[in-house]
Amino acid sequence: MNSVLITVIQRLLLGLITLFFVSIIIFAMVAMLPGDFTQAVLGQAALEETVQAFRKELGLDQPAVYRYFQWLGAVLQGDFGTSFSGRASSGIDRSRPVLELIEPRLYNTLFLASMTAIVAVPLALYLGITAALHRNGFFDRLINTVTLVSISLPEFLVAYVLMALLAVLWPVFPPISEVRPGADFFDRLYISVLPALTLTMVTIAHMMRMTRAAIINLLASPYVEMARLKGVAQREIIIKHVLPNAWAPIATVIAFNLAYLVIGVVVVETVFTYPGIGRLMVDSVTTRDIPIVQACGLIFAGTYIFLNMSADIIGIVTNPRLLHPR
Amino acid sequence: MSTKSDLLLDMRGIKIEGFSDERWHPIIKGVDLQLHRGEVLGLIGESGAGKSTLGLAAMGFARPGCRITDGQILFDGRDLKPMKESEKRKLWGSRMAYVAQSAAASFNPAHRLIDQTIEASLIKGLKSQNEAKADAVELYRALQLPDPGSIGFRYPHQVSGGQLQRVMTAMAMATRPDLIIFDEPTTALDVTTQVEVLLAMRNIVEQFGTAAIYITHDLAVVAQMADRIKVLRYGEQVEEAETRRMLEAPQEDYTKSLWSVRSIQKPEETSEDYVLTLDGVDAGYTRSLKVLKNVNIKVPRGRTVAVVGESGSGKSTTARVITGLLPPSAGSVRFNGEPLPAALKDRSLDQLREIQMIYQMADTAMNPRQTVGEIIGRPLEFYHGMSGRKKEERITDLLRMIELDDSFADRLPSELSGGQKQRICIARALAAEPDVIICDEVTSALDQIVQEGILNLLLNLQEKFGISYIFITHDIATVKAISDEIVIMFQGEVVEQGLKSEILAPPHPDYTQLLLSSVPEMDPDWLDTLVTERS
Amino acid sequence: MSTKNYSATAEVAHVRTRRTWLHRMWLGLKKAPLTAWFGLIVILGYLFCMIFADLIAPHGEAEVFAIPYAPWSEEHRLGTDHLGRDILSRLIFGARNTVGIALLTTLLSFAIGGGLGLVAAINRSWLDQILSRFVDILLAIPSLIFALMLLAVFGSSVLNLIIIIAVLDSTRVFRLTRAVALNVVVMDYVEAARLRGEKLGWIMRREILPNIMPPLVAEFGLRFSFVFLTIAALSFLGLGIQPPTADWGTMVRELSTFINYLNYDLRLGLLAFIPGSAIALLTVAVNFVVDWFLHQTSGLRDEH
Repeated sequence: MNSVLITVIQRLLLGLITLFFVSIIIFAMVAMLPGDFTQAVLGQAALEETVQAFRKELGLDQPAVYRYFQWLGAVLQGDFGTSFSGRASSGIDRSRPVLELIEPRLYNTLFLASMTAIVAVPLALYLGITAALHRNGFFDRLINTVTLVSISLPEFLVAYVLMALLAVLWPVFPPISEVRPGADFFDRLYISVLPALTLTMVTIAHMMRMTRAAIINLLASPYVEMARLKGVAQREIIIKHVLPNAWAPIATVIAFNLAYLVIGVVVVETVFTYPGIGRLMVDSVTTRDIPIVQACGLIFAGTYIFLNMSADIIGIVTNPRLLHPR
Repeated sequence: MSTKSDLLLDMRGIKIEGFSDERWHPIIKGVDLQLHRGEVLGLIGESGAGKSTLGLAAMGFARPGCRITDGQILFDGRDLKPMKESEKRKLWGSRMAYVAQSAAASFNPAHRLIDQTIEASLIKGLKSQNEAKADAVELYRALQLPDPGSIGFRYPHQVSGGQLQRVMTAMAMATRPDLIIFDEPTTALDVTTQVEVLLAMRNIVEQFGTAAIYITHDLAVVAQMADRIKVLRYGEQVEEAETRRMLEAPQEDYTKSLWSVRSIQKPEETSEDYVLTLDGVDAGYTRSLKVLKNVNIKVPRGRTVAVVGESGSGKSTTARVITGLLPPSAGSVRFNGEPLPAALKDRSLDQLREIQMIYQMADTAMNPRQTVGEIIGRPLEFYHGMSGRKKEERITDLLRMIELDDSFADRLPSELSGGQKQRICIARALAAEPDVIICDEVTSALDQIVQEGILNLLLNLQEKFGISYIFITHDIATVKAISDEIVIMFQGEVVEQGLKSEILAPPHPDYTQLLLSSVPEMDPDWLDTLVTERS
Repeated sequence: MSTKNYSATAEVAHVRTRRTWLHRMWLGLKKAPLTAWFGLIVILGYLFCMIFADLIAPHGEAEVFAIPYAPWSEEHRLGTDHLGRDILSRLIFGARNTVGIALLTTLLSFAIGGGLGLVAAINRSWLDQILSRFVDILLAIPSLIFALMLLAVFGSSVLNLIIIIAVLDSTRVFRLTRAVALNVVVMDYVEAARLRGEKLGWIMRREILPNIMPPLVAEFGLRFSFVFLTIAALSFLGLGIQPPTADWGTMVRELSTFINYLNYDLRLGLLAFIPGSAIALLTVAVNFVVDWFLHQTSGLRDEH
């Protein structure tokens, strides 16, 4: 069989196996819950039978392996269980299904992340390649120092500075990004500008530095020197000799930074009170609403695994050694 | 005989500097170089002599981190030094071309060979795509590449190193340049492959009357290729002469020293007392793939056995079996008649002490953070329990034995020259007071004059202490100089073992014949003679 | 022949003048760029604040005064916060808490990750396989998300925080240590030590550790700023260091409301940025020093 296909399938399987283990870890969190936990959820005054009913709902009376597969089966069908919140010590249960809570939030976060990525990725690649070409020149040194500073800044500081400038001193954008029901696309775009700008500034520096390093690495290869000595012009060298070999490192850079974006949303959404999945997760951690935390964790980890896997697969299908086996 | 128009390249007073440790250091310190049309100039020198730098400067090119500070580079009457890169680019790949040492790294892995071969012709608009491809196939044929019609459609990783090197020559030749720089093109190849590549390159250069600068550290190779030889050392010219004159009557001491390893002649001696024997050893790194197949080797006490073979012949694996790093899957190793435990961890301290090893790269064989005293002192403490004054005195003794003084004990490896490093490694092995020392290509990374010193030292030590050497090498000249017995290995098997005189004298088994005849000799007619003999 | 005038001792080698470690540092520093100097001075300043917090701070860490949101005065240089605590004092104590906890966490993370990474690199058998696969899986979950999940289960306390972050971060230290140690393990001098019969501990301590120190030191700086930012972010989210302990991440959140005063009173508005800037200044300083250090040790890692 085609060796590229085999390698790709291997990588896909590895991704699935990783996801499987990650799901075990996330599932095991319920088992690790301390004993006083039910009180925390149901309140100190919880009746004994309410507590028992709750424990039964969590399945704490059944063996862990059985529970895991039941949980996994449900998750695969999109059922993440029911939220802990809305329960009362009296046994009245007004909790809602996790999925119902997550779905609109996930959509909001994806909107924010893609908005950022569309701006940040091309810009970072362009700046990174330009800096690599003018290595040690003024532009490169300037960019190096500026990006070194900006990768050291905490997201919330960047967020507050932007908020102060563009929402308080010159109130162009809203300081709080509430998505009103029935908001159209342009409304969404408008309220997402500040969080997206923050995320862009945070990721772009990383992505640019990594792109620069990857391109410099390729420019140092003997075949680039050979191309120069064949009289190939700089621009042609980049297009014909560097880029065909750059897909793998560039894909890795992009995946790494999109993953970074996924984490960045947690803080940025909180600053701007943007109703995304990151803020939902933070709120749920505060109230220790485990089913929601699990679902969010699974979504974040799944995205992360998927991104890294995609980068590897791009690396595999653009590798001439695999494409053209001996 | 040279008229002005005949002179293709005229470099005068070339000075080049390289940037390291935050400073510019001189690499080439004012060298002149003249090359006539159709002439091949051999540029020889040892590592660090600046020959590659000078060769690239002939194209007006300086590697990143280098700069040409002074002199003029007249190519066909035009000075390349003040030219902009965009102007030089018009000459590069059309009138001048470069053939690099590492063919595998110098081809872009993403493109087919033929596309890379014709790239320069297309950029310069010298030929149409079809003409260029047809011409490339002709060049492949002229360079005796197998299947010239289709080899170009392969990717670089799909052909062997020797073939790749010939494709690169075709690539250089594609635009019929006036000048080609060959930068150690056969150094990375095995001797038997090297012969074919040398022959192909020489023929095509002759066929098109191309002028060339042939850079190498191997005098025997350059003797086959060059009309004239220029010797460089430390960025300066030592001497220059016609090839035959240079070989027959070198003027400078340094040039003479380049021959010198051939001057050692150890009279061969034998012994029936075997210190180490390998009986029917099979070994491999995976269960299915055997690297060694039924290897039998006997090492006589106080003698030198040279294990000779090309890369992949299993000579280094043999060393790993003897030292216990790779337990054999079958057969045994006997030491002083006693079977030696197969695995390192089962051997006693004494057994470990008796067999010592010296490595090819002295650089990586010493911990860069330990001083010479600590490096030599450790086996003294470890095997002989020495400490304090006694240890210090013994370290001084050992340093004397390797012809260094005790001021060296405080130095770090980075403060030693290549030869001194290898001597320290020898001292470390001696400190254990072993019966057998395995020398793994110990001289191949060293300059010629230093090699001679190391070989002489090893021979003296053998005479004094009766140590047996297993000398792993691919260099036949070294073998001739120091061995008593020779083992020839090929693809994991011993082709033959015997006294030096027996092995080197005909009749030979086929492989031995091929190997021995492929080793270039200092005679400029050697390659021609070989071709006649082989055909 | 030519051997007569050849002498091994006379071979050219570049011998360095012997200098003490301190002297070499000083020589390196003299040539250091402005950014590195800036970084070093800032780091020293922070260390000073950490150690002498009790002496410098005008008021106690959690001392509550009568007037919340007090303006700047002789008594309260930077005013008081929403509970009436002296902001300057809390900033100074914050240095001790925030930086101290991050430092402790990084040290723990290096003890775990560095130790296991070294063992895995030398061992190279089943142990290496198990550890490496385990780390792969842990690294498949973004660390901030993982930390959030664990905090949800175990609850937020300083001890939990330190242990959780240290364990999660040790996976990256493990990877780096293993990678750099592998480069050293394949060296002939390590093989020579094994052939000599040296014990594993000796090889680790004497042959490998001294040769992987420079990249590890640089990594310590980078990991520290990462851990520091993670803890600050968690505290900012209200899930890290808990009040009344003074800490910069929490202060960012508490003081963020001052942003709205920017239009009326610039000084009061800028207060919102002081703790955030204190965090940023330290990470910038550390990154500058690490960048310089990496250049000094000949670009062991060009970028990251």
